[in-house]
Amino acid sequence: MIEFHAVTNRFPDGTLAVDDFSLVLPSYKTTVFVGTSGSGKTTLLRMINRMVDPTSGSIDIDGADIGTLEPVKLRRGIGYVMQNSGLLPHRKVIDNVATVPMLRGMPKKRAREEALQLLDTVGLDRSLANRYPSQLSGGQQQRVGVARGLAVNPNILLMDEPFGAVDPIVRAELQQELLRLQRELGKTVVFVTHDIDEAFLLGDQVVILRTGGKVAQVGSPAEILANPIDEFVATFVGADRGKRSLHVENHGDGDIVVDETGRLAGVLVGSSTTSSRASAASQSGSESQCGSESKAGPRGPGASAQGGDSR
Amino acid sequence: MSFFIETLAWLLDPANWIGAGGIPTRLAQHLLFTLVTLIVAAVIAVPIGFVIGHTGRGRGLAVAISGAFRAIPTLGLLTLVALWVGIGLSAPFVALIVLAIPPILAGAYTGFEAIDRKIIDAARAVGMSEAQILLKVELPLGLPLLIGGLRSATLQVVATATLAAYIANFGLGRYLFEGLRIRDYGEMLGGSVLVILLAIVLEGVFALIQKLVVPRGVTEGLPTDIRDGSSRSRPVMETTIEKGNSNVHST
Repeated sequence: MIEFHAVTNRFPDGTLAVDDFSLVLPSYKTTVFVGTSGSGKTTLLRMINRMVDPTSGSIDIDGADIGTLEPVKLRRGIGYVMQNSGLLPHRKVIDNVATVPMLRGMPKKRAREEALQLLDTVGLDRSLANRYPSQLSGGQQQRVGVARGLAVNPNILLMDEPFGAVDPIVRAELQQELLRLQRELGKTVVFVTHDIDEAFLLGDQVVILRTGGKVAQVGSPAEILANPIDEFVATFVGADRGKRSLHVENHGDGDIVVDETGRLAGVLVGSSTTSSRASAASQSGSESQCGSESKAGPRGPGASAQGGDSR
Repeated sequence: MSFFIETLAWLLDPANWIGAGGIPTRLAQHLLFTLVTLIVAAVIAVPIGFVIGHTGRGRGLAVAISGAFRAIPTLGLLTLVALWVGIGLSAPFVALIVLAIPPILAGAYTGFEAIDRKIIDAARAVGMSEAQILLKVELPLGLPLLIGGLRSATLQVVATATLAAYIANFGLGRYLFEGLRIRDYGEMLGGSVLVILLAIVLEGVFALIQKLVVPRGVTEGLPTDIRDGSSRSRPVMETTIEKGNSNVHST
């Protein structure tokens, strides 16, 4: 459990990055900080592993004030994944993953063995272990970054816009992977993003921040969507533009879900006429899920995905 | 034209290749003197450059002092130090160290500065101490530019080390000063040719080292490699997409 107690952070130039922030981040849950640039979300994240120290207030991890802990030791116990992976370019993939365990004194051989297992965990082929980061695609680098973050088997995983720099298809993949990992591993994840859809997808608890590190609203995605506390939040989640108000229109071929701006959001599935719809949906591509154009790759495996269903 | 013939004759004269004043001896002296000067200059400049590069502090001061050092005429400094410590090798030694420090210092801190800040930040965030960041991240990634600094210092020192012979019977410079004194231009030119050849050889050696110290992960990742990498791993990515989709279906 991570607790922020009246945390304020002021940059040396006087700008208020975080203003009197108090919050409990429950264990084994994903908390997402979401906000525009300058909302202090990254500063909040970096205060958890003391990359930034609060100007006032304190942060406790499982009841211990981290202000009293040695920063280097603290950081070695917390997983950290950043945008652009932050891998060491002169070290092979496997050595990047093994870096922190070796810093903590694990013998090289064992660290490398565990690193190989971690590559499996994050869905990377072991044949990539001896490559350098520059030889991988952006999505693969990001997976290595996640593997490195998991390498010391930390309770806490900090993720600073980890999927911000990859293309939408890969981002959707990585998001699903993170959900899978979270189901399997149950870490306390703190995730920073400016993408509200990503926040709602991944977060058990979503914290919407406004400029200057002030909390606009805290709650589960459902709570926030159903009851935006004010106009700022409504604008941020897109409720004011009708993006979140969906209705069904029948187009003859099937029931199409449309938002208030007239944008086609997806196809209605799971109703009484699903079986006839399903074939129509799979023919028209694979956008059978609302707003899933990003996941609908140009692949025939729509069929194989359905094969996976029947397991 | 006759100069060339004289030079060639001097270089080929077996008498010039033996004894205490012979070409091999002086060449070895010259080379050794250059190397020792460089080592001492590096011992002084590299740690300072690393501290500047690592902390990002003191760069302005370093640039100003390096600039001032560069502006000092080496011959003038040599004479000044010689008047102070007397005839011998100490004076040229000091003068050449002053000459070698600026490029080495600049190579050391620019090597660190050229590293992407995000890499350093990530290294710190995963729990590397400052010393580990310096030794395991900044040093290997900054090494090529440091070697570049040593390379340009070497060229300056090997050429300027001829001045050692101004106040001591030492090195290849002796041929220049002696040749000038007795108006033996063949000997002067011959000495120059030897210095030039030595400089070219050292330049080649450093070019090679500079190429070798670039970390493999930085040189690799050519376009062909990237394509190779992504095509091989595609099966992995597709299985995960299917997994992801099937999850969404089942919920």
